[in-house]
Amino acid sequence: MSQTLQTPRAAKPNEDADALIERFGSTRKSRFSRHVILCVIGLVMMYPLLWLVSSSLKPNGLIFEDLSLWPAEWSPSNYTEGWNALEYDFGIYFSNSIIIVVLSIVGNLFSCSLAAYGFARLNFTGRKLFFALMLGTMMLPGHVLLIPQYILFAKLGWLNTYYPLLVPNFLATNAFYIFLMVQFMRSLPQELDDAARIDGCGPFRTFWSIILPLCRPAFATTAIFTFISVWNEFFGPLLYLTDPELYTVPLALRQFIDSEGQSQWGQMFAMSVLSLAPIIGFFIAGQKYLVKGIATTGLK
Amino acid sequence: MTTTSTETAVMPGAVAPPAPQTKRRRGVRKDRAGYLFLLPWFIGMLFTIVPFFASLYLAFTDYNLLNAPKWIGLENFADMFSDPVLLKSLKVTFVYTFVSVPLSLAAALGVAMILNRGIRGLPWYRAVFYLPSLLGASVAVVLLWRYVFGFDGIVNAFLGWFGIDAISWTSDPDYALTTLIILHIWTFGSPMVIFLAGLRQIPVMYYEAAAVDGASKWRRFRSITLPLLSPIIFFNLIQSLIASFQTFTQGFVMNNGGGGPANSTLFYNLYLYQQGFGQFNMGYASAMAWTLLVIIAVFTAITFFTAKYWVNYDS
Repeated sequence: MSQTLQTPRAAKPNEDADALIERFGSTRKSRFSRHVILCVIGLVMMYPLLWLVSSSLKPNGLIFEDLSLWPAEWSPSNYTEGWNALEYDFGIYFSNSIIIVVLSIVGNLFSCSLAAYGFARLNFTGRKLFFALMLGTMMLPGHVLLIPQYILFAKLGWLNTYYPLLVPNFLATNAFYIFLMVQFMRSLPQELDDAARIDGCGPFRTFWSIILPLCRPAFATTAIFTFISVWNEFFGPLLYLTDPELYTVPLALRQFIDSEGQSQWGQMFAMSVLSLAPIIGFFIAGQKYLVKGIATTGLK
Repeated sequence: MTTTSTETAVMPGAVAPPAPQTKRRRGVRKDRAGYLFLLPWFIGMLFTIVPFFASLYLAFTDYNLLNAPKWIGLENFADMFSDPVLLKSLKVTFVYTFVSVPLSLAAALGVAMILNRGIRGLPWYRAVFYLPSLLGASVAVVLLWRYVFGFDGIVNAFLGWFGIDAISWTSDPDYALTTLIILHIWTFGSPMVIFLAGLRQIPVMYYEAAAVDGASKWRRFRSITLPLLSPIIFFNLIQSLIASFQTFTQGFVMNNGGGGPANSTLFYNLYLYQQGFGQFNMGYASAMAWTLLVIIAVFTAITFFTAKYWVNYDS
């Protein structure tokens, strides 16, 4: 296992340094035992996911009988039958989820980048106070706002629409992303703004032409985090969407338990795999940004 | 910054500098750009601040969404103390938090330490350990957990190899919460990545110097790693505590919206949801929400207060 893990090298400059330290600081035996420990932990952690994938390809009768990961008998029809197992086909649920995710990403990028630029680069009365307020909302548990927000959205006639899930994202209510972008923008040299100003740029032009293009990594991080959290989100849709036609993928998946009497585990697992696949895909594509994102906001 | 910032307001295309302005007008123009950028955030804050105080008000009322809220003083809070289900949900949430948070942080720190000692294939290991923390809150994984820990599931099959009798993990009140604690520990990857980033900032020479002085491995961990990492442990602890007190999806999906066997997985927020949106006791649910806010604030304050004894800020 450790052999295969060593061969594919990511193009990372400190990778060779790692290998050097590894050789320098420890005996061969302790190196080996560390790899063994890590592989065992990794295997235990991955096993449920592997079992999920393999069960999604087994006929119902075999899922709890044959515990090996390699299906003795293949049943790819779980996917086609699971796709149509509920009231609407999963194409509806997936497109609902995709609409909400895409608009949430747009909303967060738009509103949080504006707010972040204001906090990071402009000077105005009360900036420190507002910034402290923004950090405070980061710690505020969301459930305190839940009931009045629900009443408000109900009075606005927004129940069974996507507005309660989308509008807050266009109003920079995700302080975490503002904070992430503020941290990033503060690391850009102030001379850029000064130069732009001397060339006659106002704050909007500076924001649009100078700062935005440089913030792409922070935007990528925001987009990926938004994708994962909105794609997984269960509570908001559960609260605001009661019409099955509007359901997102997590709400749809949950319906499989309601119809559990039929024991269609294979179909449920097949749809579970499909619901996790986009997250895993985004994770593989954007791991660099995710790791950097939590490292920067986590540390400072 | 102080003298030149007045020019911020000069618009592109304005060739000649405008007529001299009074200092106050320049201040207003300077402020205006900032406020314009923050406009969406200001509106968003209304969606936060107004509900914040509205729920405080509702906590002292009897309100069911149909009739106007009726002021009943502290009755909701008094009811909470004599509501056995509420006390049970508080206990479930406390046990869950105080068992799973330390265990998952310990796992995160332990694995981060192994990964930090210059190991080949670090990006691969990190990916494998980090991925579950992105999936842990998804309905698909909680559903999966029901069956992994099901009576015929792989956990019981594994225990069977060691001659341990099958356990009804999900339907036995003594074990139902354990399965969710294990799910929480499974997601140790995100604090681990933060620990790993912190460990990499500790200069290697400290360890070399300590090794030269004959410090044992344990001693080096206790006297170098722990103090220098303490701000990050502190950060992770606060984050995990706040998140864990608010657990909802895991409990909801695990038992299809109910509290599980003998309410053994009835998380506080799940009960709040049942009260507020199942029975529309919105006044009572608001009182519950504020009580949890106070509980979270108290534990955060305790953590902050003790921080001066164990968190090292002068690195």
